Amino acid sequence: MGKWTRRGFITAGVIGGGALVVGVALRPGNRNDKVRPYVEGPDEVLVNTWLKIDSANRVTVIVPHSEMGQGAQTVLAQMLADELDAKWDDVSILEAPAEDEYANYALGYGYLFGGMQVPEILVGTLTGLTLQAGKAMHMQITGGSMSIRTTGEYGMRIAGAAAREMLLEAASEAWDVPVEQLRTDQGQIFKSDGSIAAPYSDFAAAAGEKTPPYSPKLKEVSQYRLMGKNIPRRDLPAKVDGSAIFGIDVSVPGMKVATIKAAPVFGAVIDSFDSSSALTLAGVERVVALDDAVAVVADSYWNAKKGLDAVDIRWAQHENSSIDQAAIFEQFESAIDGALASGDVEPEINVGDANAALAQASSILDVTYRAPYLAHACMEPMNATASMVGDTCEIWVGSQNPLGAKHAVAEALGIPAENIIIHNYLMGGGFGRRSFYDTIVQAAKISRQAGSPIKLVWSREEDMQHDFYRPAFSSRFQAQIDSKGQPVAWRNLFVNKGEPHEAPHIPYAIPNVWIGSVEKPMPIPTGPWRSVDHSQHAFFTESMIDELAHAAKQDPLQFRRALLQDKPRHLAIINRLEELSNWQQVLPEGHGRGIAIHECFGSIVGQVAEVSVRDGKLHVHRVACVADPGFAMSPDGYRAQMESGILYGMSAALSGNIEIQGGAVKQSNFHDYPSVRMATSPIIEVDIFNSGAPTGGAGEPGTPPIAPAITNAIYAAVGVRVRELPVAKQGFNVA
Amino acid sequence: MQITINGQQYSVDVAPDTPLLWFIRDTLGLTGTKYGCGIAQCGACTVHLNGAPIRSCVTPVAAAQGAQVTTIEGLAQDGQLHPVQQAWLDLQVPQCGYCQSGQILSAVALLETNPNPSDEDINTAMSGNICRCGMYSRIRAAIKQASGVQVFDPAVEVANG
Repeated sequence: MGKWTRRGFITAGVIGGGALVVGVALRPGNRNDKVRPYVEGPDEVLVNTWLKIDSANRVTVIVPHSEMGQGAQTVLAQMLADELDAKWDDVSILEAPAEDEYANYALGYGYLFGGMQVPEILVGTLTGLTLQAGKAMHMQITGGSMSIRTTGEYGMRIAGAAAREMLLEAASEAWDVPVEQLRTDQGQIFKSDGSIAAPYSDFAAAAGEKTPPYSPKLKEVSQYRLMGKNIPRRDLPAKVDGSAIFGIDVSVPGMKVATIKAAPVFGAVIDSFDSSSALTLAGVERVVALDDAVAVVADSYWNAKKGLDAVDIRWAQHENSSIDQAAIFEQFESAIDGALASGDVEPEINVGDANAALAQASSILDVTYRAPYLAHACMEPMNATASMVGDTCEIWVGSQNPLGAKHAVAEALGIPAENIIIHNYLMGGGFGRRSFYDTIVQAAKISRQAGSPIKLVWSREEDMQHDFYRPAFSSRFQAQIDSKGQPVAWRNLFVNKGEPHEAPHIPYAIPNVWIGSVEKPMPIPTGPWRSVDHSQHAFFTESMIDELAHAAKQDPLQFRRALLQDKPRHLAIINRLEELSNWQQVLPEGHGRGIAIHECFGSIVGQVAEVSVRDGKLHVHRVACVADPGFAMSPDGYRAQMESGILYGMSAALSGNIEIQGGAVKQSNFHDYPSVRMATSPIIEVDIFNSGAPTGGAGEPGTPPIAPAITNAIYAAVGVRVRELPVAKQGFNVA
Repeated sequence: MQITINGQQYSVDVAPDTPLLWFIRDTLGLTGTKYGCGIAQCGACTVHLNGAPIRSCVTPVAAAQGAQVTTIEGLAQDGQLHPVQQAWLDLQVPQCGYCQSGQILSAVALLETNPNPSDEDINTAMSGNICRCGMYSRIRAAIKQASGVQVFDPAVEVANG
């Protein structure tokens, strides 16, 4: 990740009606060449985020992140409003338009600034921060658990603090009172003796003429009024009364509904198809062929689906149809064997001399772990609405990366990016899946052929079988403990190296550590899945360290604690977890506790799962979770993300398994890709530990520890070591 | 064919085998009811048919002829949220929110027949509804918060809730 500085340029301006606009511009750098022409102004300043104060003293916080359930929009506004000393009830939130063109479009419709002009410096740079964040992570814009710790810390707080200082300066001049004798509270400026008071809006115009402070003073934790508080999410009222509009709910005039079937075998294309029966069905208007997919356009989803079922499609033979899951793992593992034999691997980590230590060891623990492909299975199936007219295209979609979507559509359809307008909507789950643009591109292509606006809705089966899956991995460990039970060497070789690169790193004090990877690419589409590669590697490493603890005949918690003596944040979590989970309490026969701890996206999370196994039936009774996010900006929001991350990871650990059969995905819906349900969900206790370390992420760090916590608990309960996920594949009944 | 949804009568002019879900969403434009799986596996499409929770994705519209259908849009009365909806807000239950219409309608149906459900009752009544954001503990807590109130008269419910 690129280095960020708080010393960004702060920009300000006045828009019509005397409103103040403040933004923060970060130093440009590390740009993606592909998007540079579209986002960079001649002066190379990117404005990352801003606020507006209007004449009624209402503050509008424009947040450059989309909402997929994580609740970041409210927290980001909370951070800005706190630094501004705004009155929370007078704060509203607007999701930043994805494009400068969209901003102009929105201006035209009075959406963004009530039809007012945006200062030139802001136009063209509306998504600066999202761009920075996305590029810094080399991944999607809303993702990487980035919103609060980057946009919030480096954008929202600074914009709020800068605006407050500019307003104070303007009031000081207007009243001829030194700034030191003024204070702010609840959107008002007061003279300290209480003799004068006025709302921010009185000074907004004058403040907009000020030179913004280069480095505004941010609040200390003790001064926070909104940060660190539980504030109800602004998006929730519409989510309990049915009025929330997700991408799939969009309706535009003249719109038809389409559904699609892509070639089941990855890489295959259409050989031929017969649409004659489909076209006789009620409501079916058109059958559209893309290279690798057939879509039916109708007057409703149901009629489109019936039409699609009636199309007789023959897919061309493709070499990928010989690929099966068992062979994939075999190829992974023979690649690992080959690399170990040749020794020709550049290690990612090489401390001490693990190879020499292992060569001298009388006995080593040598085991291979596996993690399967996983679908995201967002509750809202993939969908997008597009209206292509000539060489312009308007798109309505819930996307984690609207900026990327725009360029993907431009490239796929051969039209200029500035001719594309993207309206972003709520997402019924994202988890990484909605950082891809495949559905959006399909919708645009279908609209172009159909000559009308098209809402493309994927069936659940299509969604399950054409995902960008969490990659399957094999990971081999060779480790040695000495006669006193101390781990001496740790060698870990896995396929394939992914993101983030530190996912397989371990925090434990082991003198000889070697970690490396070998590449064995497969023609299966893969992508980021909640916590990216941390979920596989945490399962591997936290299981392996557990194996070493048992091999050393030591308590797995004490064993970890002894190896974490120079890691105070980890230690604090372990100590608290021991208490919260009643670790020392003896459990009945057939019950067991397992511990796992993992650091990612700036947070450290430890979990203890308590399970029972009776007649092969596994039940996860409770999960104790201790997390150190540095500082939880919204404790309840952070807690919710831990609960969510645990359940998402638990569904995957117990039963999540996408298998490749004949080059295609075998699973198709929730009956064969199950989720945890109410009856199988554990009691979850979350303890948040604000260590004061730099603010960490929330959306992802809760997921990685749960799989190893559960499998380590299974070992403690019945002595079975699960080295391949999902647990159900090892013969346990997890329903 | 006539069908009553949220107290309003509609004529049905789609094929009788059309799932109620798509009549509600595509024909009437009531988008609070969600499509999740199409095979009664996830519960996102849950509505009430004469007070009972059903999966509208596998219920032909013909089966609702003459029946009273309630969707999420029909729960609030006179601008007052149903106590179950209020409990959902109080405990900040939703994340992405996509499954919540179905969750709420399953919960309302449970409480209408069983005002003080046990954990086991909640497991049985709610296990047809998947939440991929995993908010089950909050859903359980919200059901308990909303339990024990009269669920047919919103004014009374709010006073008691």
